Amino acid sequence: MPAVSKGDGMRGLAVFISDIRNCKSKEAEIKRINKELANIRSKFKGDKALDGYSKKKYVCKLLFIFLLGHDIDFGHMEAVNLLSSNKYTEKQIGYLFISVLVNSNSELIRLINNAIKNDLSSRNPTFMCLALHCIANVGSREMAEAFAGEIPRILVAGDTMDSVKQSAALCLLRLYKASPDLVLMGEWTSRVVHLLNDQHMGVVTAAISLITCLSSKNPDEFKTCVSLAVSRLSRIVSSASTDLQDYTYYFVPAPWLSCKLLRLLQCYPPPEDGAVKGRLVECLETILNKAQEPPKSKKVQHSNAKNAILFEAISLIIHYDSEPNLLVRACNQLGQFLQHRETNLRYLALESMCTLASSEFSHEAVKTHIETVINALKTERDVSVRQRAADLLYAMCDRSNAKQIVAEMLSYLETADYSIREEMVLKVAILAEKYAVDYSWYVDTILNLIRIAGDYVSEEVWYRVIQIVINRDDVQGYAAKTVFEALQAPACHENMVKVGGYILGEFGNLIAGDPRSSPLVQFNLLHSKFHLCSVPTRALLLSAYIKFINLFPETKATIQEVLRSDSQIRNSDVELQQRAVEYLKLSSIASTDVLATVLEEMPPFPERESSILAKLKKKKGPGAVTVELEDGKERGELNGGGDRGGDAAIAASNASTPSPSADLLGLRSTAPVSGTTPSAGSLLVDVFSEAGPSATSAGVNDDGFLSALHAPEASDSPLVEGPGDSDSAPPTVASEDPAPPLPESDELLNKFVCKNNGVLFENQLLQIGIKSEYRQNLGRMYLFYGNKTSVQFVSFNTTVSCPGELQSQLNVQTKTVEPLVEGGAQVQQVINIECLTDFIDAPLLNIKFRYGGALQNISLKLPVTINKFFQPTEMAAADFFQRWKQLSQPQQEAQKIFKASHGMDTEVLKAKLLGLGTALLENVDPNPENYVCAGVIQTKAQQVGCLLRLEPNAQAQPGEQMYRLTLRSSKDTVSQRVCDLLAEQF
Amino acid sequence: MIGGLFIYNHKGEVLISRVYRDDIGRNAVDAFRVNVIHARQQVRSPVTNIARTSFFHVKRSNIWLAAVTKQNVNAAMVFEFLYKMCDVMTAYFGKISEENIKNNFVLIYELLDEILDFGYPQNSETGALKTFITQTGIKSQSKEEQSQITSQVTGQIGWRREGIKYRRNELFLDVLESVNLLMSPQGQVLSAHVSGRVVMKSYLSGMPECKFGMNDKIVIDKQGKGGGNGCQSIAIDDCTFHQCVRLSKFDAERSISFIPPDGECELMRYRTTKDIILPFRVIPLVREVGRTKLEVKVVIKSNFKPSLLAQKIEVRIPTPLNTSGVQVICMKGKAKYKASENAIVWKIKRMAGMKESQISAEIELLPTNDKKKWARPPISMNFEVPFAPSGLKVRYLKVFEPKLNYSDHDVIKWVRYIGRSGIYETRC
Repeated sequence: MPAVSKGDGMRGLAVFISDIRNCKSKEAEIKRINKELANIRSKFKGDKALDGYSKKKYVCKLLFIFLLGHDIDFGHMEAVNLLSSNKYTEKQIGYLFISVLVNSNSELIRLINNAIKNDLSSRNPTFMCLALHCIANVGSREMAEAFAGEIPRILVAGDTMDSVKQSAALCLLRLYKASPDLVLMGEWTSRVVHLLNDQHMGVVTAAISLITCLSSKNPDEFKTCVSLAVSRLSRIVSSASTDLQDYTYYFVPAPWLSCKLLRLLQCYPPPEDGAVKGRLVECLETILNKAQEPPKSKKVQHSNAKNAILFEAISLIIHYDSEPNLLVRACNQLGQFLQHRETNLRYLALESMCTLASSEFSHEAVKTHIETVINALKTERDVSVRQRAADLLYAMCDRSNAKQIVAEMLSYLETADYSIREEMVLKVAILAEKYAVDYSWYVDTILNLIRIAGDYVSEEVWYRVIQIVINRDDVQGYAAKTVFEALQAPACHENMVKVGGYILGEFGNLIAGDPRSSPLVQFNLLHSKFHLCSVPTRALLLSAYIKFINLFPETKATIQEVLRSDSQIRNSDVELQQRAVEYLKLSSIASTDVLATVLEEMPPFPERESSILAKLKKKKGPGAVTVELEDGKERGELNGGGDRGGDAAIAASNASTPSPSADLLGLRSTAPVSGTTPSAGSLLVDVFSEAGPSATSAGVNDDGFLSALHAPEASDSPLVEGPGDSDSAPPTVASEDPAPPLPESDELLNKFVCKNNGVLFENQLLQIGIKSEYRQNLGRMYLFYGNKTSVQFVSFNTTVSCPGELQSQLNVQTKTVEPLVEGGAQVQQVINIECLTDFIDAPLLNIKFRYGGALQNISLKLPVTINKFFQPTEMAAADFFQRWKQLSQPQQEAQKIFKASHGMDTEVLKAKLLGLGTALLENVDPNPENYVCAGVIQTKAQQVGCLLRLEPNAQAQPGEQMYRLTLRSSKDTVSQRVCDLLAEQF
Repeated sequence: MIGGLFIYNHKGEVLISRVYRDDIGRNAVDAFRVNVIHARQQVRSPVTNIARTSFFHVKRSNIWLAAVTKQNVNAAMVFEFLYKMCDVMTAYFGKISEENIKNNFVLIYELLDEILDFGYPQNSETGALKTFITQTGIKSQSKEEQSQITSQVTGQIGWRREGIKYRRNELFLDVLESVNLLMSPQGQVLSAHVSGRVVMKSYLSGMPECKFGMNDKIVIDKQGKGGGNGCQSIAIDDCTFHQCVRLSKFDAERSISFIPPDGECELMRYRTTKDIILPFRVIPLVREVGRTKLEVKVVIKSNFKPSLLAQKIEVRIPTPLNTSGVQVICMKGKAKYKASENAIVWKIKRMAGMKESQISAEIELLPTNDKKKWARPPISMNFEVPFAPSGLKVRYLKVFEPKLNYSDHDVIKWVRYIGRSGIYETRC
């Protein structure tokens, strides 16, 4: 071969690529590639060594073939060899191949890492850059492991070239994002922060991205960057546009750097140092001033760059929320943008104003723009801008302008875009409720809402109306009158019929005096809508009818006639048929007294968070709603991403669990009216909860405990009430004292009365599993703390305390746990328990740790109950009765009669009684339905014999099944305590 | 019914577009190009459904023929038509290529108008078409000629015109078979069948009545002379005939009688699966020596009368995907490693019956990171032998022409048997 110019031009490669491009069909292309692959294979296989040029050429060809979509399974070695070449082009191709085709082949990775290491220490800036780019492009965990220590050193070293520093900063950022646990800044922190002072603007820009990311995770460590950033910012802002030469973009000095600086400052609260703060305020004012200046250029790039800085500055002002002057100025500036020609600017202005509206300082200023915003809502062409306008209206609403805004939104709703209707409806409903001065206005508004946009009114909205009407006596009459009038329209939305049915059923009597709305007229009006409705609505109407029978005896005959008709009593829908049959029987058999009791007016609903609000949050997702921002403010310190993640989690958990109001009306379970069966589902779940943990505990070993229990416990959720509940979100109590025990800890305690193993507690961060064993008066408990996050918990500390007299009753010894819990890891703690004498309370377990800087403080009750020290005693029937009689003093007996809450499955009952620790005695009680048990409670001081008898009345209606539990023991406190504990179990 | 017909070149450019029905829009042309010709994956199915429209395509060298319909048509009919269309085009201008199609596009539109009417296939017999669609330009035809064409095309025997005269009455009969085989490495037949056709080329005067006889098992058994003259009978699994054959007569007596079209026609097609004579046996021997070497030895044995000669023998031995070098030694013929096809191709020009020949190859492999094992695709083979592997024999072909004065003895008849390989594979 003649000596071709062995430079960059690879003729063979060019020929190959043009061959492929000229192929007339796919088959021809494959043939050409096969031929080339065979050629490369024979070249690589060949005994004589290839020179760098041909190696590079063949690796290039392989890369090209791979990018065409064919598999490449060789050539990696040759590519790695290229890395050690000292020609730039060869090295570059080698790195390119590695970044595109690297797989976790162990031996090659070692070679690659070696080559990268050599390049990093080579002092040749281009080679260093190549190596850094490769690390960042691959960005795998292995890479992070190998180089996370090396790169910060390069970044802060004095003699590193500027271009290398830039690459190093961005490379480190990439590694940190991929595996944050491996990049430990530690000693480098301050030197990295001082990169903000670097001469070279490129280095500053690269470094600030890194610092922003790092400081959002550990704000404390990077606190010093605030003052540096402020001084840097002020230098840029105050510089003339010509000072920065290469970094001036269309007359705007360093726009990207300014934006990044402003964003970094948003990670921190306002600076405390007065001088720094003054300087920053000055900067922000300068930026606001500059926005007023006439543009230096007509080019769109100039205004874009200027506005970018301005918006970033405004979001910083909003974030600080402490400078009334600035806030108002920002608001005015945004007000100018509201009518700008540029759609994007209008959008951004509305969006920023939305957050401004929630600040107390600028709320009034925002309100001055109400006309413009309403105008935008009506005339804006772009639907996303209209949506922002609606958001802003919602955010700026308060008592003074609520009526106007709600009216505007209602009128807009008629022409609104379909995609935002449901959200608009929710917002109107919330505003109407929140700012309702008189509730008749509220009722009017909601009924209007249903009339205008019935299809978009979700269940929650009309549930909420009914909740409010029922809880407030003063509007009931008005509500009844209004719905009656609304129903008279020839076509009503089904939701209107639902509201009407419910309200007339409850409060129809309040308007029955008027001959125009006499009971029969009311009934006929409702019934005229009956046939047009879906099954759930019909079911609701049937309930309304039976209430009518109670309220107005004169309608009884008519309604019974309706109920008796074939279309009701033989309806193909089971629910309707059952209701019709039951209501008919109820109305014909029961006396008026019974009827009045059964069909009493609904009791007021307990006050709880508006379900509509939850729904809106769910709809909008995290971060976007102003309501959430209000919540966020209460939390005090905002330091960027960490908290927002929490918000997201809450919103997500709201989304995943059925909202608390789902059972509001009890449409499915008609228990308060007719006493039908609790749905079969709950029984099933209950059985699961028993079967789940016992099944797993068999195959559990200590390491796998957390993971093994996790799956079955998921089916347990109705009992655990863990992550789904909004109040189990990580409690961020700042004090160091043990927090009061969680409200559900009693419930958790009850869960463990009849079992020894399971998950005690779980929230988004932590899961606590328990394994325990008891012998005589001694017990040993293993607690497993599992870190569910990927971030380590620091200063993890647990204490077990025995409050009050429990100290003298129970002797508890704990071993301390490691203060560090790695992400995803699990630690074990052993607790030894000795029972000195009988006791009632349970010891408290307090857990404290820091997660992402925030102190978590959780208190729980340890599931140690008196029954754990039961020793089963087998005895014959005669024995049993003899002892039973011996313990006949009234204080020795404790008895309870209670309703079965879980159904009466024999096997489940038996399992529970055995789990209690007593011996289940067969063939003792003359009635085979009854259960008797015997056991001795072992304490250090004494032994307390205990006899138990449980009598179910299984024949009763499901739902009305009752138990009688009798306990006799030689000590009165013991009988009482065990009886209390056990009563919760069935 | 066919809604339209498009012809594309390999790039997907439309060469011919003829739409017969309104339900096929203009965008159908692009839909097929985008979803089939330019599809990311190779489209294997000949029928593609795109947006409730069915596309039936066949590919000839680089040319795509696609029939389009929105209705639920008989797919077999559409393909039969497409193949017929190819035959007609071949008969008119030779090889189907982009060049030829561009040069003859007027003719093709004319043909399409004739053989497809409102999407219903019409007479597509080349002989008949050639009487009124000619390539010699517009030639004014006399009234008589025109009426003659009309009566013939619309008449009972649309495929043959009257008044044909030859000085020598000649008749050629070709039995063309292709034999398909899949064999296990141990020599066990996994599946085998022969699909064959009888092609007839006739130059006969008048309207001759012909009768064709072969060693069909049913006929032989009926006549009760199974082993009488040593002629083996064969069991035909299924067969189809040219439209000239009187099917009623075949159904009743299983005799094949017909008035042949002038020139070439495919008289019948058939398929057999029993008692197939396999012309070649392939004995593979593959040995893996370590991770970087493979030794292959293949022996082929011819299994027919030593007096016959097989031709155009080609054995294709697949090689692994990481082959880096091949050394081949063969006694007979030429063998070469073709990298573009990942195979060793061994070609032998001629080989007599009851002989054997052998090739051995050493394949060097490049060690790869891939743990996947080589799938060992089967060794395939191509050849041509001068006999019918199904065992079919032509017993007679009698010609009667009562009106003209020549008899069966005066007709010169030629019979030729050609057996070719279809998919003839042996696993290794």
